[in-house]
Amino acid sequence: MSALNIKKGSTSHSAYDLRDSHSQVEESHTLAIIVENEPGVLARVIGLFSGRGYNIDSLTVAEVDHTGHRSRITIVTSGTPAVIDQIEAQLGRIVSVYEVHDLTAEGPAVQRELALFKVAGKGDARIEALRLAEIFRANVVDSTLESFIFEMTGTPEKIDAFADLMRPLGLREIARTGVAALSRGA
Amino acid sequence: MTKQMTGARMVVQALKDQGVDVVFGYPGGAVLPIYDEIFQQNDIRHILVRHEQGAVHMAEGYARSTGKPGVVLVTSGPGATNAVTGLVDALMDSIPLVVLSGQVPTFMIGTDGFQEADTVGITRPCTKHNWLVKDTAKLSETIHQAFHVATSGRPGPVLIDIPKDVQFATATYTPMEKTRLQHYQPRTKGDPEAILRLVEMMETAERPILYTGGGVVNSGPAASALLRDLVAETDFPITSTLMGLGSYPASGKNWLGMLGMHGLYEANLAMHGCDLMINIGARFDDRITGRVKDFSPHSRKAHIDIDPSSINKVIRVDVPIVGDVTEVLREVLRLWKERGARTNKAGLEKWWKQIAEWRAVDCLAFKNSDKTIKPQYALQRLEALTKGMDRYITTEVGQHQMWAAQFLGFEDPNRWMTSGGLGTMGYGLPASIGVQVAHPEALVINVAGEASWLMNMQEMGTAMQFRAPVKQFILNNERLGMVRQWQELLHGERYSHSWSESLPDFVKLAEAFGCKGIKCSDPRDLDDAIMEMIRYDGPVIFDCLVEKHENCFPMIPSGKPHNEMLLGEADTQGVIGAKGAVLV
Repeated sequence: MSALNIKKGSTSHSAYDLRDSHSQVEESHTLAIIVENEPGVLARVIGLFSGRGYNIDSLTVAEVDHTGHRSRITIVTSGTPAVIDQIEAQLGRIVSVYEVHDLTAEGPAVQRELALFKVAGKGDARIEALRLAEIFRANVVDSTLESFIFEMTGTPEKIDAFADLMRPLGLREIARTGVAALSRGA
Repeated sequence: MTKQMTGARMVVQALKDQGVDVVFGYPGGAVLPIYDEIFQQNDIRHILVRHEQGAVHMAEGYARSTGKPGVVLVTSGPGATNAVTGLVDALMDSIPLVVLSGQVPTFMIGTDGFQEADTVGITRPCTKHNWLVKDTAKLSETIHQAFHVATSGRPGPVLIDIPKDVQFATATYTPMEKTRLQHYQPRTKGDPEAILRLVEMMETAERPILYTGGGVVNSGPAASALLRDLVAETDFPITSTLMGLGSYPASGKNWLGMLGMHGLYEANLAMHGCDLMINIGARFDDRITGRVKDFSPHSRKAHIDIDPSSINKVIRVDVPIVGDVTEVLREVLRLWKERGARTNKAGLEKWWKQIAEWRAVDCLAFKNSDKTIKPQYALQRLEALTKGMDRYITTEVGQHQMWAAQFLGFEDPNRWMTSGGLGTMGYGLPASIGVQVAHPEALVINVAGEASWLMNMQEMGTAMQFRAPVKQFILNNERLGMVRQWQELLHGERYSHSWSESLPDFVKLAEAFGCKGIKCSDPRDLDDAIMEMIRYDGPVIFDCLVEKHENCFPMIPSGKPHNEMLLGEADTQGVIGAKGAVLV
C-alpha cells in the first residue's frame, strides 16, 4: 500500500510512483509472466522463487497462444516493495521469459479463481449449505444423498469466505485453481 | 545451402562456425559420436582434462583472458555433475561458457539408465540458460542460440544436453545466419535522462569516486579505454573490486587499489566518505559493502549495469543506468565534454588531500623477516621480477588470493583470473592452463595456496600432455590460511581442522608428473628461485614455504562498515561481535 494511501496506478519506474521503496511493509502483488512454452520453463520460474527465498501465495499456468508457443503464468506473491521490484527484475532476466507485468502496480486488474468444495451432511446442515451456495452463486456440479460438490468462481477473498461458512456444515475437501488475472480496460 | 549431417557432425560444424578453436573436455559413453567427429578434423583442438571440473575452470581461464566464450564437452551423468561447480563459478563471475553434455538416448531418459542424471534439472540454477535437445533438426540452431545467450547481455555459462541418439540421427544443418535469436536482446544503451543526471552530479561532486568491477572487463577493451579517458579527464579517484582489476592500470596516479573486505584503507575510506559514488559494472557484493546499513552513508550513488536485477538488489541507488559499460561511458564522456567538461576543482583538491592522508597510513605495510619468507614479500618479489613481462595471473582462493590482489599490479584487463563470487578453491591451476592454451607464449602464473592447489592438482597431467608451461607458485603455510585466520579472530583460536598433517613433497610430486619442482624457504634464495621458475621452459611447481601464521590485513570484519577496518594484529582484539560471527 502506498504511504499516502493513494490508489495504485503506476509502475515503479514512473515519475508518479508514490510508493515508498524503502517501506518494510509487505504487500501482495499479482504478477503476470508471459513465457515461451517449453519444457522446464515453469521449473525455471518457481526455482527462482524458492532459490532466492521469495514467496508464492498462488500460482496458475497454462498455454495461452498455441501457435506462438506462449504460456501465461500468474503468480500472487508478497514482499516489501524492494523485494517485489527485485522479483520482477529477476524474472525478466530468465531467457524464456518474454514479459513480466506487475498487475497490482500497473493499475486495476480483475482477479478470479475457481474452486470446488465437497460438503457432506444431512438434514438442516445440508439445507443450509445449499442456501448459502445460492447466495454465493455457487453451482452444484455433483450431488448424492449425502453430499454436494459446489463450483464457485470469484476473488480469493470470496472463496475464503465461502470456505469459512462451509466448514461447520460438513466441508470435506477444497480444490482451488489459484488466481488468474487480467488488467482492466483495453 | 542446406546440408544433411548427423547430430555429432553438427556439433563440430556449429563450433567451427562460431569460431571455436579449442574445446576442453573428457570423453565418455554418451558423447562418443561427437568425439568420433573431433577425431576426424583438425580445426578444433581438444584439450583432454583429468577431471570435468578442471575442464570448466580451464574454459573460464580461456574466456576471461581472451574475451571469447570458453567451450566444454563432457559426458552424461558424472561428467555433467562434475562440471557443476565450474558452472556456478562462471555464473557468479559472469564468464561466458558453452558447455555441451552427452545424455542417455531420448528413449531411455527417465529410466535411471547407466550414467543418467537429470542434467538440465541439476544445472538449471547453475547456468544462465540450458537446453535439452531431443530433435537433431533443432540441434545446430540451439548451439548457435547458446553462443548468443552466453555472450550477450550479462555473460554467463549455458549448457546444452544432447542425448546420444540425437548425435547419431541425421538432419539439416541450420547455419548461424539463419538462426532465430529468439527475443533475447538485452538492452545496451543507457537511458539518456539518467546519463544526464549522472553528468550533472559529476560536475558538482566534491568527493567523487569511481567504483569499478568485472563488468568493465566483460564489456571489452573499449570499456577499459573509455574508463581511462574518464579518469584522465575528470581526475576522479578510482577503485575496483577483485573482479575488475586491470581495467584501470595499477600504475595510474588516480588508482586507490582494490576495495572491500581485504581492500586498501584509502579505497575503503574513500568509498565511505565520498559524496558521489559511480558504480561501473560492479554489483555491491557483500565483500564490498560490509554492513549494508552503514555503507557509504553520505553519498549519492549511480550504478551502471547491464543486468537490471543488479540494480537496487543490495544498495538503493539514486541514478540507475541499465546498459553496456562501453556504450554508457561513451555517452557520459560525450555529454560531459559537450557541457564544458566541468568538475568541482576546489572540492576535488581537498578530496585528494584527504586521500593522500589515508594513503600515508601505508595499510599494506607488513613486518618482514630475514629468516622466513613472508607471503607478502614473496608476492612483492614475484611482482618485481615479472613486471613488464607478458604476464597472466590466476589464483586459487584464500589468503594468497587477497595478497595477490594487494601486491600484484595489473596494467591491463583480462590479465587477472580469479574466482570472486563463488570463491572456488581449485580454480587457479586449471584456469592457468586455460589461459596458457589461449596465450602459448605468455608467462602464466597461478598464485596458489597449498590447500587449494591440491583440490585440482590432477590437472598437472593436462599441463604436461599439452605442454602448457604454467608456473604454480604455491605459498605453502601448511594451513588453510583464511580459515585459520577466522578461527583466530572469531573462534577463540580453536583451529578446528584448518591444517593438514600430511602434505605431499611438492618437488617429488613435480618429478612424478614429469615437470620441474622448486622448493624455497629462505628469503635470501627467493629471487633466484623465482627467476629459475620463470626461465624454465615447462610447467613448474614452486613450493614456497612461507610464514605459517601470517594474517591478511587490512580487513573489514564481517558485519562492520568500511570505516571500522583492522589494519594489523594490534587492532584485532575482540572486534568481531556475535552478530558478525554468523556472517561468512
